[in-house]
Amino acid sequence: MADAFIYDHVRTPRGKGKADGSLHEVTAIELGTQTLRAIKARNKLDTKLVEDVVFGCVDPVGEAGADIARTVALKAGYGQEVPGVQINRFCASGLDAVNLAAAQIMSGQKDMAIGGGVESMSRVGMGASGFALAVDPSVAIDTYFMPQGVSADLIATKYGFSRDDVDAFAVRSHKRAAAAWQEGRFKNSVIPVTDVNGLILLDRDETIRPNTDMQTLAGLKASFVQMGEMGGFDAVATAAHPDVEFVNHVHHAGNSSGIVDGAAAVLLGSKKGGKAAGLKPRARIRAFATIGSDLALMLTGPVDVTELVLRKAGMTTKDIDLFELNEAFSSVVLRYQQAFDIDDAVLNVNGGAIAMGHPLGATGAMILGTVLDELERTDKTVALVTLCVAAGMGVATIIERV
Amino acid sequence: MNLTNFRFETDADGIATATWDMPGRSMNVITPELMAELDQIIDKVASDDAIKGCVITSGKESFSGGADLTMLQGLRDLYVGLAKEKGEQIAMQTFFDESRKLSLLYRKLETCGKPFAAAIHGVCLGGAFELSLACQYRVVSDDASTRVGLPEIKVGLFPGAGGTQRVSRLMQTGDALQMMFKGEQIKALPARNTGLVHAVVPRDQLIQNARDWLNANPQAKALWDDPKFKLPSNKVYSPAGMQIWPPASAIYRRETNDNYPAARAILSAVYEGLQLPIDLALKVESRYFAKILRTKEAASMIRSLFVSMQELNKGARRPADVPPSKLKKIGVVGAGFMGAGIAYVTALAGIEVVLIDRDQEAADKGKAYSHKLVSDQIMKGRAKTADRDALLGRIKASADYADLKGCDLVVEAVFEDPKVKAEVIAKVEAVIGPKAIFGSNTSTLPITGLAEHAERPKNFIGIHFFSPVEKMLLVEVIMAKKTGKKALAVALDFVRAIKKTPIVVNDTRGFYANRCVGNYIREGHLMLMEGVPPAMIEAAGKQAGMPVGPLSLNDEVAVDLAWKVLKAAKAQLGDGAVDPAQEKLLSDMVEKHGRLGRKNKKGFYDYPEGGPKRLWPGLADLVGKSLDPDTVDMEELKHRLLVTQALEAARTYEEGVVTDPREADVGSIIGFGFAPYSGGTLSYIDNMGAATFVKLCEALAKTHGERFKPNRQLKRMAKTGESYYGAAEKKAAA
Repeated sequence: MADAFIYDHVRTPRGKGKADGSLHEVTAIELGTQTLRAIKARNKLDTKLVEDVVFGCVDPVGEAGADIARTVALKAGYGQEVPGVQINRFCASGLDAVNLAAAQIMSGQKDMAIGGGVESMSRVGMGASGFALAVDPSVAIDTYFMPQGVSADLIATKYGFSRDDVDAFAVRSHKRAAAAWQEGRFKNSVIPVTDVNGLILLDRDETIRPNTDMQTLAGLKASFVQMGEMGGFDAVATAAHPDVEFVNHVHHAGNSSGIVDGAAAVLLGSKKGGKAAGLKPRARIRAFATIGSDLALMLTGPVDVTELVLRKAGMTTKDIDLFELNEAFSSVVLRYQQAFDIDDAVLNVNGGAIAMGHPLGATGAMILGTVLDELERTDKTVALVTLCVAAGMGVATIIERV
Repeated sequence: MNLTNFRFETDADGIATATWDMPGRSMNVITPELMAELDQIIDKVASDDAIKGCVITSGKESFSGGADLTMLQGLRDLYVGLAKEKGEQIAMQTFFDESRKLSLLYRKLETCGKPFAAAIHGVCLGGAFELSLACQYRVVSDDASTRVGLPEIKVGLFPGAGGTQRVSRLMQTGDALQMMFKGEQIKALPARNTGLVHAVVPRDQLIQNARDWLNANPQAKALWDDPKFKLPSNKVYSPAGMQIWPPASAIYRRETNDNYPAARAILSAVYEGLQLPIDLALKVESRYFAKILRTKEAASMIRSLFVSMQELNKGARRPADVPPSKLKKIGVVGAGFMGAGIAYVTALAGIEVVLIDRDQEAADKGKAYSHKLVSDQIMKGRAKTADRDALLGRIKASADYADLKGCDLVVEAVFEDPKVKAEVIAKVEAVIGPKAIFGSNTSTLPITGLAEHAERPKNFIGIHFFSPVEKMLLVEVIMAKKTGKKALAVALDFVRAIKKTPIVVNDTRGFYANRCVGNYIREGHLMLMEGVPPAMIEAAGKQAGMPVGPLSLNDEVAVDLAWKVLKAAKAQLGDGAVDPAQEKLLSDMVEKHGRLGRKNKKGFYDYPEGGPKRLWPGLADLVGKSLDPDTVDMEELKHRLLVTQALEAARTYEEGVVTDPREADVGSIIGFGFAPYSGGTLSYIDNMGAATFVKLCEALAKTHGERFKPNRQLKRMAKTGESYYGAAEKKAAA
């Protein structure tokens, strides 16, 4: 089996996903296009070598619909020979895109491909593509469908995390992200988003609040109380997990991932592909895995998939230098940390989506690059990247510097 | 036309009126014959150029209660028969075609080219309301008795003649779902305000109003037959739909624990139907209807909650040779919570009540309870001030037993102590006439023992109410050894007069209902002592279909009462009669920790001011062990909680305490909320089959103890393949 190497990674900064966010005026196509253009420019890449562009996008409708990957590749000037495919596994789509690009290389069918993702949450609303799992009673009932926030609250209740615990984690995320920016730890990967004249629209993640503290967060009301009580979802939670007497609602906008706009791209290739392009590999994809997990908890897939991917790689958690887990909600990270007894010092060391936001289809590709930069900066070797996924799934990838 | 169930006439304007008036019935009902005649009427209206439109109204005091449920049961039998004869495929197709005939007939009416108007007075429910929904116009009388609604869900069915599709095209989706989930009967004004009917007028203007509308709208079509029709809540896949549908499924689970396939079918029929044009939507509804009609839940609920309940209410167990008793005046002794409730329901039925307690103040306090209850009704707009005055006027609160003179029946509800009861019996018998009946509302003391204190044991009977009396529908009528048939007749006449449902049982400790429900609570106690997390015990109870978990229930009836009953059983029946684990739990709860239940806000739950109740954290220490939730088998917990009750019902049946499966079933559902979808305790066994049930009991006995050992009769039934209802039918036929 061929090795799949990572040759480069770029991401846009994440703009606040609302009408007053700095990237709201930028189309989803343009966001994705700028990452591909950067890959091309930074590597002086002959784009005809790229045999596929795999892009994650969770709401591929409207301007983001009808195969955004091919559209973006064309607009970026990769040439008509370069195909593209859009995929969707909800929040992990960006990492899945990298894994699928890698898989094509590992199977020997391709020598160079791009995995990435894009989501303009301010322009294409979350849920715009429909969601039968939530809406169609014939599946919603049997799968204990709940809004993710209620699932996150259920995780906190079941595994014993208090409001203070989840708030404290959120504070940490902001502090770490702010420090990382201050020390320029993201500078290698973040490309500014520009207008048609080259004027910079955004060059820094927009939602970080370095001064966030426990007191400010304490002032926020839990977001999912009404949904839980009036909407009936608390009853669904306790029906699925009857050991939980009642759901303790602890999550709010301040300790959940932010809604943002953004895109990312990862250039992958075989040894041969890299040579043809004249590039040096930065890391190797060691293993990846996907899994289905508890439906009501919904967001504990990272625990299950981490066990699986470690098994596949013949590794244990001790072999992992850095863990990067998408911060969908505080309790997701806290439960993960609890399950594997992971030290604070090696988990999401530069903050995460609570501070910087979670552009659904792009995040997986973004955090893969973030942790690769950190491995290089600290001269460590192995990192595990994972995300929780709607409908109870998990995706994970282990990378190893070469 | 050859009509026997309708009168049909056409006025000078060309407006026809079809008056639904079935001979020999007090209430119109949808039958195959009725459907055939309606078909003729539609053809006539459509083809006769002289007719512009047609009013459908009723010649009875009410419009109609809907379809004949036994007709639906007949359909199910047809399917079972055909499946055996011609195979599953043909049987299913025939059944599907048959079961959607009513829906197609209504659609034919709706699209025949001439408008129809329903003029409704009195109740118009189920299939009858679906008929009116297919009419382009609905006008109802402003009479207090007028009600429309789709109550099918209450017997495990759902509106299968277009109801789900038309209601969800008339109302906001959420409102439509809620209306069908609850099966509520809706009064005239709310019906108009929610868009279910078009107009409310005085009764004498009903027909004219309908005729005027038809005259003015000869081209009227259903809203949904207009190509420009828009759904009231927009498309299913829209931001509005995202707000409606996920909570709808969640609320379904919360309200039903996923035990009611009919409620689930409503959701799916509406969800799928709203995405289709009406004809196809109706077809999808029919597909779900055919499925639901074949469920054991529908069959069991129709049998217990409709057929059997009606039979019991009509006096199935009443000795036919005793002439109807005229109950003018009833005495109630003991004006505590139970006595006060009995006085209220009696006065509400228009009967005079003498409410006695040991002093005037106590008696007045009991009467004040009636004042409170009617006042609550007034606040809710369900009664008028005059009703309160009249009702209170019928209750005489007194401390003087002499006031009981002239009572046809006296019910005592005094303290549960044989000595106190004996005194009351003597005092009452001293003043009432020799023909008057004495009823004892005891829940714990055997009636035969109490009857020993009576001068006239023939006239002595148990009349066991459930708390709170004004809400609980069941009354257990208990025969002591010497109780005569006149006492039984009077007791049943009384129960009927106060609009409750009686079951007649023979005397035993705990009678029927409390024996079963006592087992439910005990099983919860024992699970707790095994270390099952208490939240899981409670969830298992609810998921099994009980209204509340066993620990909640014990808190409601009082933990010290359970302790008292256990001690009494031990004293009278010996150590073997009680479970040591339960004894330790109750003793610790009551004696050590003073946890008596909701009444002192300290039971298995804590009851904080202004917040919801929460399981008492001290339970963990009291029990001393806690199982890992992942190792607890919820399915087994649910089985244990239902089996222990059903098995107790089977024992009471073998002992002759309950003698009729209908009574065991109806009593279990309305008395203690036994999983209504099952049809009741004995239906639960019949549906599973005695052999399977016995196997389940034996498996549980192996892991959890002798209390699950099946009784002899059950084991015999397991061998012969007999069922409770099968045997009862055979006996009735013989």
